[in-house]
Amino acid sequence: MRPILMKGHERPLTFLKYNREGDLLFSCAKDHNPTVWFADNGERLGTFRGHNGAVWSCDVSRDSLQLITGSADQTAKLWNVKSGNQLYTFNFDSPARSVDFSVGDKLALITTDPFMELSSAIHVKRIARDPADQSGKSVLVLKGPQGRINRAVWGPLNKTIISAGEDAVVRIWDTETGTLLKESDREIGHKRPITSLTKSTDGSHFITGSVDKSAKLWDTRSLTLIKTYVTERPVNAVAMSPLLDHVVLGGGQDASAVTTTDHRAGKFEAKFYDKILQEEIGGVKGHFGPINALAFNPDGKSFSSGGEDGYVRLHHFDPDYFNIKI
Amino acid sequence: MTATAPKLRWGELEEDDGEDLDFLLPPRQVIGPNENGIKKVIEYKFNEDGNKVKITTTIRVRKLANARLSKSAIERRSWPKFGDAVHEDVGSRLTMVSTEEIVLEPPRAPGSKPEETKAAGDPLAQLGKGGAVLMVCRTCGKKGDHWTSRCPYKDLAQPSEGFIDKPPTAETSSVASGTGKTAYVPPGMRAGAERGAGADMRRRNDENSVRVTNLSEDTQEPDLHDLFRPFGAITRVYVAMDQKTGMSRGFGFVNFVNREDAQRAINKLNGYGYDNLILKVEWATPRSN
Repeated sequence: MRPILMKGHERPLTFLKYNREGDLLFSCAKDHNPTVWFADNGERLGTFRGHNGAVWSCDVSRDSLQLITGSADQTAKLWNVKSGNQLYTFNFDSPARSVDFSVGDKLALITTDPFMELSSAIHVKRIARDPADQSGKSVLVLKGPQGRINRAVWGPLNKTIISAGEDAVVRIWDTETGTLLKESDREIGHKRPITSLTKSTDGSHFITGSVDKSAKLWDTRSLTLIKTYVTERPVNAVAMSPLLDHVVLGGGQDASAVTTTDHRAGKFEAKFYDKILQEEIGGVKGHFGPINALAFNPDGKSFSSGGEDGYVRLHHFDPDYFNIKI
Repeated sequence: MTATAPKLRWGELEEDDGEDLDFLLPPRQVIGPNENGIKKVIEYKFNEDGNKVKITTTIRVRKLANARLSKSAIERRSWPKFGDAVHEDVGSRLTMVSTEEIVLEPPRAPGSKPEETKAAGDPLAQLGKGGAVLMVCRTCGKKGDHWTSRCPYKDLAQPSEGFIDKPPTAETSSVASGTGKTAYVPPGMRAGAERGAGADMRRRNDENSVRVTNLSEDTQEPDLHDLFRPFGAITRVYVAMDQKTGMSRGFGFVNFVNREDAQRAINKLNGYGYDNLILKVEWATPRSN
């Protein structure tokens, strides 16, 4: 395959997200402008200008009309996807990191980093149908445990919130009462900070990637560990194919160590694993830095990766990808 | 005369940096796409020297095969650009198709993996330890452990086949004598060693070495062998290669069995035109040690 290279960002990529139909790709980077691209040919549709810090994550509503972004400038912003206009700004006292629209787009969760004496927290906001009625009031605030929460997503039917972060523990919270329901076992779970978390298309299971050079597949309801994928480098990004039983791990050594090592040693590839057999299928090379973000097109026929090198690489699979047997 | 006048003074050009003069340029033109999907975009701009430049960009527009798009996705296709994308010009090349074909590389067999990664991994470590293939001891044949000069078995090992000028008798006898727990005695100095012959042979080998310089980069060892073989028996041909590039460094050595053959080769081939270059063939100066 010949990937499409998109050089819209001037700083390392942080997050990638396809909309539901898979025709738009949203990219967030440490430069301040989240960008939306056409996912078929990589043409840039627009940039969302207004943030004043690194943008850590984003989510797009089911109808692809609203975008929410979380940024290090201590705000989360709602955007009109079509025009690129800001609709609303949620202000916090510490950097916002992970954002996720609930099923139905009536709620959104925003996580904030620990900062000064503030601990990390998950804020649940109600998203008004009309942006004019939008308020910044939190429906629920979950005071987080020690360390940063790197990723939090909604569980099935918005009944739970799944969070994972620096303390290497995956937690499931009740969204009605705000209580902690489950915690992953420290013995079988990750040993080092969890960097990424991605749900499967049906939400029945999710995958976490960690600095401990592994990715783990968990059951969403029971939080039982299903599979473990071991690699050679810290995992910064994970994605699951919606079409085949494949998982993709992206990583590479720490960004701080990049200049001191040979690029061949960096392992800047997106590694494909068989989801069930836990065996490596192959690797897709190309980035000049660690891969920070991965996303699968909802149709499963293409995926994109974003790297520390500031490039988004959009890969449309060759036909023989769909016939790989191991 | 103002800056808006068609004729401009260079001083004004510099100040304006070409930015405000864009209205002087002909408008952007888009031709096509024609039936082959070829679209031409003609733009004009000023380059750094203030000269007007015409930029013609030819684009082939292709439809993506059977891409099934939802109604809303098709509608989104026609959305106007916003943000920084509004001012994007054709030359910005934000989106490019990789020139490199990327394949889903299958993982290597588990056995071969560690070695491969080690070899490719850390060039520094490789320097220190030596590549597995590069470092072959000529004395004992051990790979990747030590260089020939540092061979711990060099007085124990049998002479290798390639060195026909080494006296076999001297070596074997030295093994027997060298087992005692005394200070190190070079094999040639030990009791029973054919001292004179051994030293002589070694000297003569060095003296029979002919240095060939001004070789073309394409010259390989077999070529050199073919060139020198008519003069007599050759024991060794060596062309110096650059380790990094694998290219010839343009010189080499040829060792003859007989000194007379070597002398004839020098007489004949010094100044000989070979591969468009004039060869310089001379006696190799023995190493200082």
